[in-house]
Order: sequence, then structure tokens, then C-alpha cells
Amino acid sequence: MSEHPILETRSLGKRYGSRWAVRDLNLLVYPGDVFGFLGPNGAGKSTTIRMALSLIRPTTGEVRLFGRSLRSDRSAALRSVGGIVERPDFYGYLSAVKNLEIVGALYGGVPARRIWEVLELVGLKERGNDRVKAYSHGMKQRLGIAQALLSDPELIVLDEPTSGLDPQGMKEIRELITHLAREKKKTIILSSHLLNEIEMVATRMAIINKGELKVQGAVQDLLKSGEYRVLITGEPLAKLKSVLRRHRRLVKAVEPAETGMMVTMDREHVPAIAAALVRANVRLSGIIPRRSLEEYFLSITENATES
Amino acid sequence: MVRLIFVELQKTFLKKRTYLGFLIVLIIVPLIEVAMKLEGGRFVTNAFRSVARDFVLVGNLFNGWLVSYQIMNSLWVHIPLLVSFVAGDQLAGEATSGTYRLILTRPVSRTRIFLAKYFTVVLYTVVFVLFLAVLSIGLAVLLLGRGDLLLFARGGQITILPEGEVLWRFALAYLFACCSMITVSSIAFFFSSFVENAIGPIVATMGVLITFMVLTALPVEVLESVRTHFFTYYLDIWQRPFEDPISWERIATALLYFAGYSIVAVAGAWAVFLRKDILS
Repeated sequence: MSEHPILETRSLGKRYGSRWAVRDLNLLVYPGDVFGFLGPNGAGKSTTIRMALSLIRPTTGEVRLFGRSLRSDRSAALRSVGGIVERPDFYGYLSAVKNLEIVGALYGGVPARRIWEVLELVGLKERGNDRVKAYSHGMKQRLGIAQALLSDPELIVLDEPTSGLDPQGMKEIRELITHLAREKKKTIILSSHLLNEIEMVATRMAIINKGELKVQGAVQDLLKSGEYRVLITGEPLAKLKSVLRRHRRLVKAVEPAETGMMVTMDREHVPAIAAALVRANVRLSGIIPRRSLEEYFLSITENATES
Repeated sequence: MVRLIFVELQKTFLKKRTYLGFLIVLIIVPLIEVAMKLEGGRFVTNAFRSVARDFVLVGNLFNGWLVSYQIMNSLWVHIPLLVSFVAGDQLAGEATSGTYRLILTRPVSRTRIFLAKYFTVVLYTVVFVLFLAVLSIGLAVLLLGRGDLLLFARGGQITILPEGEVLWRFALAYLFACCSMITVSSIAFFFSSFVENAIGPIVATMGVLITFMVLTALPVEVLESVRTHFFTYYLDIWQRPFEDPISWERIATALLYFAGYSIVAVAGAWAVFLRKDILS
């Protein structure tokens, strides 16, 4: 990757007493990334995000945003960053517009037109003058995204942005993230415990566990690595099994699954197996990859736990 | 910086609890003054009885000025409690509501946000004390009229201030009261930087105030040398402009102590705020 990273953490660490919440963390987020930041509860995701947004002072290392050190050049480093950290909290006794005016003032002021633009973008234009304390959780979550977008930042940090939303709300937020990344060319760091959500939108990701970085890279590359499992379904099942037995050199393991056979093999052998099954008159109904992010995530974090 | 101060002022003055102190003063002061009007100066007659044996008292001595002076006694405990409501909430309130996360992730230094907040605390304190001044004096004069101000000082000394001198002495008294209340606010602001709920700073401030007041008043020789260093020793500063002659030296000493305590409290709050990890 020849581009300069938008966010870089160098040996970042945070210790509370004798316990390290985050240790020696080296993250790289590049322009245009939708960067999935994953980890089990208590892995150190929020601590990392808080350090990246200057809410927590690191014990070791540093955060660099747009090449600037957050420690020595804080204001300039944060100028093009917007974010939500955990649940979105606002001044409940003020309207959404007034809350956004307050946030805007911290950027040196934003025009009223921009405030209404972001409210429209998150679907709150009609309720902009209502007091935030009358908002539902979902509406506050949307307002959280609105304030993150207010200054039109290049980097948007979203910590659990769909937390507490209903499926429709989650879908809308996901679409908004995709829109921001693809149409508006924003770089997004997305921390979530909903792995399918990350899988759907992220281009690069990092997994941390117990405060330490386990893997980091392009989502597709990481999912390609290691063993590849597919669920093959078709009829007759006996013939399907027999074909798989005959091609033992192409498959590593075969085990019966509820609706077919679960096959472990290298990804490049899938077409040959499919062709063999067709030739043997197996009526194939599906070859479904089972290398999901969830499985990958569990393999990384469970291995770490065992070790 | 002006924009930040404006934001903090908006946040404070658009909040209902900011007006709690104003509301209490708005209820209590008229209540006291109307009650005194209805009593018709009976309490003053009793107080002046001993004086009347030796002097001929003429004119309206039970007047608005005297009642306003009595109301200033609320500056010992009541007004400090009410100013600490807002000062104690200024930083801790952001932690309670989770809005530190909203404001401290922006390209503005924590020092500037801190200064804007402290300025708001000072302004609130001044406005609140002046509100007390205008309401208590205005209403008392309206209800009870004007006249010379007769005061009993410690040690039985009597001071009679001609009517023409009273107003500027009140102005000075409230000016100094602002200074003493800013010191109380600064202490509440200091405690506010530590905690994540607004009750703690209020209780802690009142704890400090009452403890220092007790230590100041306690007739114990051991405390003689230190009591003059407590800020509570100078909380009677509002009484000084009503002395004749005014002891400017004592006023200057009091103001220096108030400034010293305020600077230490605010510097401490600043150091805590700059290093604070926002975990709420």
C-alpha cells in the first residue's frame, strides 16, 4: 500500500493499574477504506477508538491522523474527523438543530443549511426542532451519525452505529455507510460486534483480542486464507458422496451436514469438483461457501483464547 | 473563544435547573420582605429598644435598606449553596449526560473548552448575585421606603449611615459579594472536574464551606494562627462597606485570599480536566 495512512497507531497501549486494556497496537487505515474493527466484548475496541479521538490518553505509543500526531497537533489532527463513540448522547433539553449548532461551533461554525442537509441525510429533517429527549434510541443513533457528518470529515469513526436499531434501521444505516464510502469517498472505521454487518460493508479489517492485534488486512484476503469450506447439496446424496470419494486428492475432508456434505478443500478445486458432480449426473442444488467472517472471527479469537 | 463562550452560555442558560436558584430567590426574598412589611417593624423596635433609651431616634429607620441588609446574610450559606448548583454541574454534568464524548472529540483544545466553561460559571455567579441585589433592594425600597441605615456592629457599636451614602455602599457590598461567591463557585468547579455526577461537587463544596466556617468560628487557640488563612474568615466582606470608616486594608486582604483560593481551585480543575480519561 503506497498511500499514506489516514489513521495510524504506533505501539499504542493503555494500561489501567496492572491491566493492559490495549497493548502495542499498530493499526493502519488508508484513504477509501471501510475499515471493520472487530473484537469480542472487552477486547479493547472502544478504548482504542477513544484514544484515536483523544478521549483517552495513551500510556504508550501514539495516534497519527492525516500524518499528524494527536498528542502534539491535536486540533489539526481532528479537523477532518467525525465520529460516534458508543451510544450517542446529546443535550436532551435542546433541539437536534441546537445540538448540531453546538457541535458546529466547535469546528468554528457551520452554516444552518449544512445542519439541515445532514438532518435530511439521516431522515430527521421533520423532527429537527424537537427536543432530543423526546427522540427514540434509533433517532438518537441517526442524530449521532448526523453530528459525525456535520463538518464533512474525510474520516468517519463509527463505534457500534447500529446498536439498538431495528432490522430496518440497521439496513438504512448500512446503506448510508455504503453510500458515504462509495459515493462520497469517505474513509470509515466501523466498530461493530455484528460480524455480518462488517462482512457486508468492510473492505479492510482488523481483529483484536485482549487488547492485542490478531490480524489486519483486506477482508477478502483474510477470508481466503486458511482452509476453505463449502456446503455441497444435491441428489442423489449417495452419488454425491461417491463422487467426492473418487476425488479424494482434491478434497481434504468430507463430513455429512444436515442438507448435504460439508467439504474442506482449496478454493481453486471447487470448479473441478462441480464439473465432476455434473458429469456424474448429480442434480446439484448448491455449492455454498462456509468461510464466513463469523467463522473466521471465531477461529482467530478462540485460538487466541486457547493459547 | 467568543463562540465557545457563547455555546457554553447557551448550554447553561437554556437548562431549566440553572433557574432553580433564581426561582428560590424569587420566592424567598418577596416572602421575607412582605412578611416584614406586615410585621410593621416589630422586630426592629425590639432591637432598637436599648438604643432608644439613650438616643432620640427620628425618621424611618425600619426601611428598605435595613431589610436589604438583613437579606445579605443569605451570603453565608444559602447563596453559596445555590451558586454551587450550577458551578458543580458545569463539568460533572457533561460526564453524567455522556456529552463529553460529543464535545471533546472536536478540533478545539480542552483548555479553551475549560476556559469557556469557567467563564460561564463566573458570569452565572455574578448574574445570580446581582439578581439577588436588584430584587432584594428594589422590592424592599418599594415596600418599605428609604431612610438612614442604622446598623449594629460587633461589640455593640452602632453605625448610622445617612440615606445618601447607602446606595453606593450596597453597590460595593454586592461587588465584594460577587468576589466571595466566585471563590465558592471556583471550589465547586474544582470538585466538578473530578466526578461524574453533579451532586458530589455540591455536597463537597458545602462540606468545605461549613468545615472552614466552623474552624473559623471555633474559639480554640491552636486555630488562631491559621484561621485567617481560611477563605471563610473573609466571607463577611460584604459587611465592610457599611463600616465607617471602611477598612480597605481588610477588604484588600480578603480579595487577595479570594483570588488565591480561586486560582488554586481553577488551576487544580484545569490540571484534572486536561488529564482526564473520558470513560463515561
